[in-house]
Amino acid sequence: MANNKVSQDTGDLKLDRVSKHYGDFCAVDDLSLIVPDGSFFALLGPSGCGKTTTLRMIAGLEEPSAGTISIGDTDITTQKSYRRNVNTVFQNYALFPHLTIFENIAFGLRRRGVKDIKSEVESALNLVEMAHLAERKPNQLSGGQQQRIAVARAIVNRPEVLLLDEPLGALDLKLRRQMQIELKRIQTEVGITFIHVTHDQEEAMTMADTIAVMNQGKIEQMGSATDLYEAPKTAFVANFLGQCNLIKGKITSRAGDKATVTAKGLTFEVPLSRVATSNDSVFLGVRPEKLRLDDTGVNSIKNCVVTDRSFVGTSTQYLVRAPWDLELVVFEQNDEGLHDLRVGDTVSLEWDPEHTFALDGAGDINAGADLDDEE
Amino acid sequence: MTTINAPMPSLSHRASRWFSRNLIRIYAALAFIYLFIPVAYTFAFSFNDAGKSNLVWQGFTLENWQNPCGAPQVCQAVVNSLQIGVISTVLATILGTMIAFALGRYKFKGRKSTNLLIFLPMATPEVVLGASLLAMFLNLRVNPGFWTIVISHVMFCISFVVVTVKARIASLDPRLEQAAMDLYANERETFRYVTLPLVMPGIAGAALLAFSLSFDDFIITNFNSGVVSTFPKFVYVSAARGIPAQAYVIGSAMFFIALIIVIVGQVVSRKRKKI
Amino acid sequence: MAFLHAVSTGKSATKSVLKSRSLTPYLLLAPGLIWLVTFFIIPIFSLGSTSTMVRPEGAQIGVYVQELRFANYVDAFLANQDQYIRSFVYAGLATILALLIAYPLAYAIAFKSGKYRNILLVLVIAPFFTSFLLRTIAWTQILADSGPVVSAIKVLPFIDDLFRINNTSTAVVIGLAYNFLPFMTLPLYASLERIDPRTLEAAGDLYANGLTTFRKVTLPLSMPGLVAGTLLTFIPAAGDYVNAAILGNPGTKMIGNVIESRFFAVVDYPTAAALSFTLMATILILVTVYIRRSGTDELV
Repeated sequence: MANNKVSQDTGDLKLDRVSKHYGDFCAVDDLSLIVPDGSFFALLGPSGCGKTTTLRMIAGLEEPSAGTISIGDTDITTQKSYRRNVNTVFQNYALFPHLTIFENIAFGLRRRGVKDIKSEVESALNLVEMAHLAERKPNQLSGGQQQRIAVARAIVNRPEVLLLDEPLGALDLKLRRQMQIELKRIQTEVGITFIHVTHDQEEAMTMADTIAVMNQGKIEQMGSATDLYEAPKTAFVANFLGQCNLIKGKITSRAGDKATVTAKGLTFEVPLSRVATSNDSVFLGVRPEKLRLDDTGVNSIKNCVVTDRSFVGTSTQYLVRAPWDLELVVFEQNDEGLHDLRVGDTVSLEWDPEHTFALDGAGDINAGADLDDEE
Repeated sequence: MTTINAPMPSLSHRASRWFSRNLIRIYAALAFIYLFIPVAYTFAFSFNDAGKSNLVWQGFTLENWQNPCGAPQVCQAVVNSLQIGVISTVLATILGTMIAFALGRYKFKGRKSTNLLIFLPMATPEVVLGASLLAMFLNLRVNPGFWTIVISHVMFCISFVVVTVKARIASLDPRLEQAAMDLYANERETFRYVTLPLVMPGIAGAALLAFSLSFDDFIITNFNSGVVSTFPKFVYVSAARGIPAQAYVIGSAMFFIALIIVIVGQVVSRKRKKI
Repeated sequence: MAFLHAVSTGKSATKSVLKSRSLTPYLLLAPGLIWLVTFFIIPIFSLGSTSTMVRPEGAQIGVYVQELRFANYVDAFLANQDQYIRSFVYAGLATILALLIAYPLAYAIAFKSGKYRNILLVLVIAPFFTSFLLRTIAWTQILADSGPVVSAIKVLPFIDDLFRINNTSTAVVIGLAYNFLPFMTLPLYASLERIDPRTLEAAGDLYANGLTTFRKVTLPLSMPGLVAGTLLTFIPAAGDYVNAAILGNPGTKMIGNVIESRFFAVVDYPTAAALSFTLMATILILVTVYIRRSGTDELV
């Protein structure tokens, strides 16, 4: 691997109407997906959303109940896992405890009868900066080191697709941050398609080019981290990625490039391009950091009361109660414009229409909230 | 013990505190003494200058250790026991390991009855196992001897092997085998390079267990041995007229050999882990 | 002795991919199961068949014909009910004694042994390697009337001069408990070792004193080991005849002694078979009831 770019334009990974049933339970429901060759793709969702099942079907560890999976023009749906050019970095790594690090990495090469095993393994070890550990056994390595070895063991085979199953779940926060950057570097260096399964939205947003948010066996929304965060299309995505204020309201007019929404006698404006539904009953959404403690804007709520405040370093987070039964979260940056409010103070809130979005008002307003810490 | 202003507790108070804190350790030490008294006694009396009947201390001698085959038939009995032990261990380990893999790695009809068939010999007293086998041999007019002993030992060792190896298989992380498959190993290679090496310590432990059960078995052997002598049978038979000190030598030697094997095994496996 | 660990690891086994749709499992099972059927199941039936046989008038010693005489069971039981009941009493006492010795021992190894844990475990098994017959015979010497233990006890003021241990039921029970002690200790250790010490601290934190912690946390969590250990002690003890033969007297004979002598000394195969069958049936019933009641179904 003199040149670390190992990807050789193998084509996109395609899942076409894939389903997986376990008895009556539907783990993956008619899922279609195209992962472009060479991209860093994340499947994000709470536990039980079907993301791991999807991954295992791509790896060949489960067979789909229906649908096809292909890489480029090759259908791999029923191909045995040891025949497909897909490798996995397992949750908890699954390093072979009875083999040295060198032999762990050489395992796949030996099975395929590759000639120059030594130099291949060495360059893989160099890639993850673990060359000095070649003769150790897995149980003598720290979690972070094992993680890197697991990546090296998979990448050394130059797979068309590399699957990562919650690869950072077992690491502590600081190490996780470091490994996120590290994995991103490796992916850029080797250019292989990475599919990363995680329930940690921050992890997905940090690393992936494209994120697919999964819920109950289906993809809720797919896009870049910014797209998903700034313009979520469902309440689930809005709540699952970061925090979100949702206000139940009704669209009273759609004129020109904007829509007008009324809620509790107040009117709000939202660009038509940010209305994700044709329904008139909507959830009006705005992210906490977009709210300002002022009353000059187009969209504003007056006569709110501060019910809680907590100082978290870079910002102060307020819980503010609207004149009706609604609590809003407000993040205020710790800079000159700081208001320093106390619990019980009366305030007004305002935000820009272009930071507003409108979601389909049917369904659960709390969908996806408080799910990201599971597992 | 960094309290500064606390009044100094009295000596007896401290002693009783030490005692209650270490009660369980003292108890464990006593239990170990109980376990080892007969072993120590056996070892001591292997040096007894006793002649034929090793009952009363007559004086120290190394002669028994220098000439362990000195007493008539004792070495023949030991050789028989070793041969029976090795053959039974090999057979029981192979058969038991195969069953363990079937139970641990496959779905099949009849799992419940298989489990029951494995459990029953362990829940049957040795005297019944021995008597029933002998009853069958007698009905079939088979004369008991060396091979009937082997047959009976394999029979009662299989269950212990199955349980030991199955536990090891059950404790394997299935992701290791999936990882092997993911890394281009087909079913056979996965078994050969991942599953088998990882289950090996369990198989080795099962073999050691089978050997020690076989070597030390008396009751089942006694029923199915005919005129063939084994070491435990030799000891039992000669107990009436006095056991020669050489038997004590062999008992002690077995103890130390087994201990060395276990300790070497532990050290080797620890070294392997480190390298 | 890893098999003893098995008893308590069975339940927590990680879900593994079980393969199906193939002949392989049956091929793997066949040789071993055929062996067990041929040399365990068939002999048990053979024993059953022998148990109802009768010796014809004037026939040679050791010759019996099948007459389906089930009264053999009644005769055998009535003639030996003392030994029969004694076997279960001795086995029960020995099991309790072994439990009392083994539980604290296993507890100490699991929680208080630190880096010596492995060495101590080896030491628990180590006496096994000296022939158990030699060790049992050693007890007769150690507990002999003129031996150190008895002499020491006789020094006590309230002890009768005729006091002895050898050739008494006490000696038999001590011998049985001693013999099967490792079988009791190891499963107990295996299940105690799996207890997270933090759960014990948590119990203390939640206002349980030492005794309550033991009763409400430690004991229930060690239940699988306790069940396995008591079974592994009780079953062989109930059928044992070596301890009674070496350490006891004619009045302490157990059912094993009777079966053995019926077989070899008296050559009365039907009685021996009937007694064996009754013993096995009784033990199986007791074991089934015990396992059901203790709620540890997954013993195998």
